[in-house]
Amino acid sequence: MRSFFISLQSEFYKSRKTLAFWAAIIVPVVICGLIAFGYYTSSEKILKYNYPGMMLWFQYSSAALGVMGMLILPFYVMFMAFSVNNIEHKNDTWKTLFSQPLNKFSIYSAKYFYALMLLFICTILFPLLTYVSGYLLQTLVPKYTFKDYDPAIILTRFYGKLFLASLGILSIQFVLSLIWSDFLKPMGIGFIGVIAGIITANVGWKHAYLIPYSAPTLALRAASGTKNARPEDLPIFTQEIGVSLACAAVLFVAGYFILSKRNIK
Amino acid sequence: MSRFAIETVGLNHHFGPQAVVKNLSLQVPRGSIYGFLGPNGAGKTTTIKILLNLLQSPADTVFIFGQELNHNRIACLEKMGSLVEQPAIYAHLSGKENLINRCILLGINKSKADEMLALVGLTEAATKKTGKYSLGMKQRLGIALALIADPELLLLDEPTNGLDPNGIIEIRNLMVELTSKHGKTILVSSHLLAEIERTATHVGIINKGEMLFQGTINELQDLSKPSIKIEVDDQAAAANILSSNGAEIINEKEGNIHITYTGKADMGKLNTLLVQNGVTVYSISTDRKDLENLFLDITSKN
Ligand SMILES: Nc1ncnc2c1ncn2[C@@H]1O[C@H](COP(=O)(O)OP(=O)(O)O)[C@@H](O)[C@H]1O
Ligand SMILES: [Mg+2]
Repeated sequence: MRSFFISLQSEFYKSRKTLAFWAAIIVPVVICGLIAFGYYTSSEKILKYNYPGMMLWFQYSSAALGVMGMLILPFYVMFMAFSVNNIEHKNDTWKTLFSQPLNKFSIYSAKYFYALMLLFICTILFPLLTYVSGYLLQTLVPKYTFKDYDPAIILTRFYGKLFLASLGILSIQFVLSLIWSDFLKPMGIGFIGVIAGIITANVGWKHAYLIPYSAPTLALRAASGTKNARPEDLPIFTQEIGVSLACAAVLFVAGYFILSKRNIK
Repeated sequence: MSRFAIETVGLNHHFGPQAVVKNLSLQVPRGSIYGFLGPNGAGKTTTIKILLNLLQSPADTVFIFGQELNHNRIACLEKMGSLVEQPAIYAHLSGKENLINRCILLGINKSKADEMLALVGLTEAATKKTGKYSLGMKQRLGIALALIADPELLLLDEPTNGLDPNGIIEIRNLMVELTSKHGKTILVSSHLLAEIERTATHVGIINKGEMLFQGTINELQDLSKPSIKIEVDDQAAAANILSSNGAEIINEKEGNIHITYTGKADMGKLNTLLVQNGVTVYSISTDRKDLENLFLDITSKN
């Protein structure tokens, strides 16, 4: 356990100046900032719709949720999984990392957990910033109806689901980036996966849920299908989430076996 | 407790079909500076990676301070500091940050970082990104990283690569100090004998994965049979007299005859014989083959 925390601390220390780390913070800030800015400058146009509180929150949060789930999140996950491993490939440091008196599984799982943490930071900042900026808009534009509804539950549910839906992709990309030191192979496969995921999810192929790359899109689709139902009731543990979690578990274990059997060049 | 810091027993390693290490029995005594010599591609780096458990080895073939490596991986690694090939350094971090990162991993006090920077002469470049370091500076940082945990056993793979003459001398002195004052054991690989001849107490010479010589530096020197060079006026007559009196002639040219040295008394006798038979002897001297040539001889035989 000590090995794990030491390794995790080191992962944080060595990547705190890298883009992968800062992107986890910058991406949500920029996206939520832009949307909030839009809602502030074009408040008159939006106010014309006379949305009730819940609907206004729904519109406001889907703006970020839409771009995020479809594109930005999968691509961020790909880039981040690559980056966390590439820091060792690029500097030829696998050999030093594994010649430290630390348990191999701890080193590996700390790296995986660190990637998970970055994804978590990124996905938790979105609802937090949406929440805070919504209330900020309320004070700036008093006519808004944000105050009429508390979006905490729906925001947590949506982003929580999105987080779980991304775990499959994260694990696949993590293992691919662990095996290959070049940029193109994991990125190429990831890119094809994401496109295939979006297409199969959108054409409504009934087995789309089996492709982990389609999970974020499917998770959101269930969300946008809830316009009539109460959004608080969004089911979280759907088929695609099951596949995503199973895929994450299997690849986490597989990644360790690949690493432990592999000779470190 | 084993008398050896490192011992391998019939170690083999393959990269695909290529046998890179063949039946290697390395024996590095405690407290020694063991020069691990061999031309490029001999298998030095591969052997060092096996010693660090980076490359898989069968059970009961590698022992570190008497402990079997595969079953005591962490205990063995705790005793070893290493520099393998090009130093592995995070290019986006400064020298000091690289050392601090290692302190975190090893659970040692971060103040050690400054101490090590001073030791390898990088204090002024401490906050510079290592991506901007010269090769020699990276090598120094690599050595600092290997030393930071104060390990009992150091594995240094061609540590003087890219260092300036000053740096080479500093590393040499550091190695001598570490073994003589602090009782450390050092395995240092090189493809140049001259580089370690002066510091090593023990030598292992490897070529194409096979150990061709292993022993103390003195044993290596004894291998280079000394010969006697005799300079005379009449080469043919002298050669005749020498060979008919049991001397082994190695070669003769331009009035110089080389014979195998067999002892002081024999040499005196041969000298008298030559003079009594009317040959003028201009000079007699011992001629030692230098180690570099010996090294070349040993490694080119296969
Ligand atoms: N990762 C690898 N895959 C395949 N062959 C390798 C690998 N690393 C080294 N070799 C081969 O093993 C041999 C020994 O290499 P190495 O141990 O690096 O030699 P040295 O360090 O003595 O110069 C060389 O022929 C080299 O080509
Ligand atoms: Mg080498």
